[in-house]
Amino acid sequence: MSRAEVADGRGARTAPSALWQLSLFRSEVTTVLRRWRTLALLGVLAAVPVLVGIAVKMETGDGGPSGGDGHGPAFISQISNNGLFLVFASLAATLPFFLPMAVGVVAGDAVAGEAGSGTLRYLLVAPAGRTRLLLAKYASTLVFCLTATLVVAVSALTVGLLLFPVGDVTLISGTQISFGEGLLRAVAIAGVVAASLVGVAAVGLFVSTLTNSGIAAMATTVGLLITAQILDQFPQLHAVQPYLFPHYWLSFADLLREPVYWEPLQRNLGLQALYAAVFGSAAWARFTTKDITV
Amino acid sequence: MEEERIASGGGRMKAPGAPSARQTAVRGSAPEPPTAVGPGEPAAPAARTASGAPAPAGAAVHAEPEPSAEPAATAPAVAAVIETRGLTKRYRGGQLAVDGLDLTVPRGSVFGFLGPNGSGKTTTIRMLMGLIEPSSGTAHVLGEPMPRAGRRVLPRVGALIEGPALYGFLSGRDNLVRYDAADPTADPRTRAARVAAALDRVGLAAAAGKKARAYSLGMKQRLGLAAALLQPRELLVLDEPTNGLDPQGMREIRTLVRELAADGTTVFLSSHLLDEIEQVCTHAAVMAQGRLLTQGTVGELASSARGRLAVTTPDPTDAARVLKEHGVTDLVVLETGVTGELPHTALSGPADPAGPLDLADLNAALVRADVRVRSFGIERASLEDAFVALTGEGFDVAG
Repeated sequence: MSRAEVADGRGARTAPSALWQLSLFRSEVTTVLRRWRTLALLGVLAAVPVLVGIAVKMETGDGGPSGGDGHGPAFISQISNNGLFLVFASLAATLPFFLPMAVGVVAGDAVAGEAGSGTLRYLLVAPAGRTRLLLAKYASTLVFCLTATLVVAVSALTVGLLLFPVGDVTLISGTQISFGEGLLRAVAIAGVVAASLVGVAAVGLFVSTLTNSGIAAMATTVGLLITAQILDQFPQLHAVQPYLFPHYWLSFADLLREPVYWEPLQRNLGLQALYAAVFGSAAWARFTTKDITV
Repeated sequence: MEEERIASGGGRMKAPGAPSARQTAVRGSAPEPPTAVGPGEPAAPAARTASGAPAPAGAAVHAEPEPSAEPAATAPAVAAVIETRGLTKRYRGGQLAVDGLDLTVPRGSVFGFLGPNGSGKTTTIRMLMGLIEPSSGTAHVLGEPMPRAGRRVLPRVGALIEGPALYGFLSGRDNLVRYDAADPTADPRTRAARVAAALDRVGLAAAAGKKARAYSLGMKQRLGLAAALLQPRELLVLDEPTNGLDPQGMREIRTLVRELAADGTTVFLSSHLLDEIEQVCTHAAVMAQGRLLTQGTVGELASSARGRLAVTTPDPTDAARVLKEHGVTDLVVLETGVTGELPHTALSGPADPAGPLDLADLNAALVRADVRVRSFGIERASLEDAFVALTGEGFDVAG
C-alpha cells in the first residue's frame, strides 16, 4: 500500500455550506438513474407509447374509420387524426398503474434498499445527516417522477410524429387550437402528471423507512397503490374516495378544455401536497429516530 | 503464544523482562512510546489502567518496579478520544445489549476492542457513531456528545462497521465518490484527487474502474477502508478490518494501521484475531455479555495471565523430576518435553538475583542432572490467554 497522502483536505473542513445539499442530491439522482432496475422501468415506460401507436396504426392502416368506436383508453380514437393525441393517450394509459408503480419501486427502495445493502450506515457516518439524506432521497424520487413522465411523453411524441399526421388540435370542448399551442398543453399535462405522483412518492418513502428490505417496501407501496385504485372504484366508498391519492389523477384531461376546467386540477394538486406533507413528516419522524442496526 | 527460547547450553537466558528482538520489531513501529511494555511480558508493572481505573487483580500481583515502566500511568492525563459513562442499550423486547459501559480510549492509542460474538461490541460502536440511540448513559467522541454532535464529529471520524457495504453496480471509484458526496464538509473540488489517493493507499488503484460486485471479499474490505480514509481523520473506527483478507492483506492492514497511528490518528479496532490485536494495539478492552470486563494497555492485560516454563528435551521424565525438585509446579510431561508453572519468584529473573530460583540455575541444574536440553524458556502469556481467562474457554455466542 502506498504511503500517498490522502489529504489536501484539511481546508475542506470549512467547505461552503451552499454545497451542503446539492452534492448529496446530485449523487442520489445519478445513483438512482444508473441502476439497471431504473433503466428497465424507464424502458418499459418508453415502450408503452410505441405499442399503442403501432396498434392504432395497424388498426387504421387499411383506411377504415379512425381508431375504433370510442371504447378503450381516453383519446385513443383521435390518435390517427393527430399524432399529438398519442401523448395524451399514453399518459392516460400509464398514469393509473405503470407510472406510479415505477415511482413506488424507486421510492420504496430509497431508504430500505440502502438499509438492506448496508450502505445506509456508511452514508450516515459520512455523515450525510438523516434529515439531509431523507430530503435528498425525496427530491431524487421527485426527479424520477418527472423523468418517468417525460420519458412517456417524449416517446409518445416521437412515435406520434413518425406514424401519424399532425396539425391543429381539437379539444374536448370542441375548440380548435394550433399545433404549437397543443404542444404547450402537452408540456403542461406532463407537468401535472408528474405532480400527480408526488403523493405516491411520499407514501413510498414513508414505507421505505419502516423496513430494512427494499423488496418489501416496493411491494408494500405497489400494493397500497393497487388497493387505493380498487377502493376508488366502489361507489359505496364515495365518502373516502376524495382522500385517495389516485382519485383526481385523470383530471389532467381538463387541461384539454377551453376554457380550462381548473377545479379538479387544483384538488388533485392539493391532495398530492397533503400526502407529501403527511407522509413526508411521518417518514422524517420515523427515520430521524430509527436505530440503524443493519 | 509467543515463545522465547534459547538453545540448550547457549549461555545466559534472556531475562523475561528485557525486550526481545521480536518484541522490538513489533513494538518498534508502535505509535505511542507510553507502552514500551511488550505484549507478553510477565513482569509488566501495571497497577492502573490509563483511565485510572484499577487494573484486574491479576495484573498487579507481580508488579515489579522497573525503570522502563509505563509512562502512560504517570504522564499527565491526555484527552480521551472516546469516553462513555454508563452507556446502556436495551433493545425493544428487553434484551440488554450493552450494560453500563465506561470506556475510555486515550488519544493517540491503537485501541483493541475484544469480546466474544454477541458481547455488545458492534452495538457499542453503532452508539458511538450515532447510528443507535443509547437507552441511557452518555458517549463522547472527540470531546463532543454523540449522537447529538454527529455533524461536527463524524467528518473527523473514519469508520468501517461490520464489514464493507458497497453499491455493486458502481465502480470502486464511484462508490468512494458517492460516500464522499454524502459528507457535507468534503470539498467537491478535491474529491477526485482524494478518492484516487485513498484507492492508492489501500492498493486498489488498478481495480478502481471495476464494478464493485466483481470485487473479492478482500477487495471490498479494502474499498471499505479506503472510504474511511477519504479525509484525514482524527479517529478511525475499524470493526474487523482484516476479515476476509489474505495473510498479505492482513500484513498490509497492520502496516497501514501503524502508519496512521504514527501520524497521530487514534485507531479503535475490534477484532476476533487476538494475535492481531496483540501485534498492533497499545491498549485493549474486553467485553462480554454487554459488560466491560477490563481495559488497559495490552501489556497489562497479557501480564494478567502468567507464562509457563517450557523445556524441550528427549528426557522428559528426568527433566520433570529435576524441575519438581526446584519447585516448579503443575508439570505436564510430553513426549518431547516438559512444561510447568514457575514458582512466582522465578519470574523476576535477574532483576531479582537474590531470589531463591534463577532460571539460569534451573537450566544448569537440568544439565548437571544429565538432562539433554534442546530448548529452554518461558512460553509467554499472550493476550489470548488473558482473554480466555476473562471470558471463559468456550468462545460461545452469548444468548
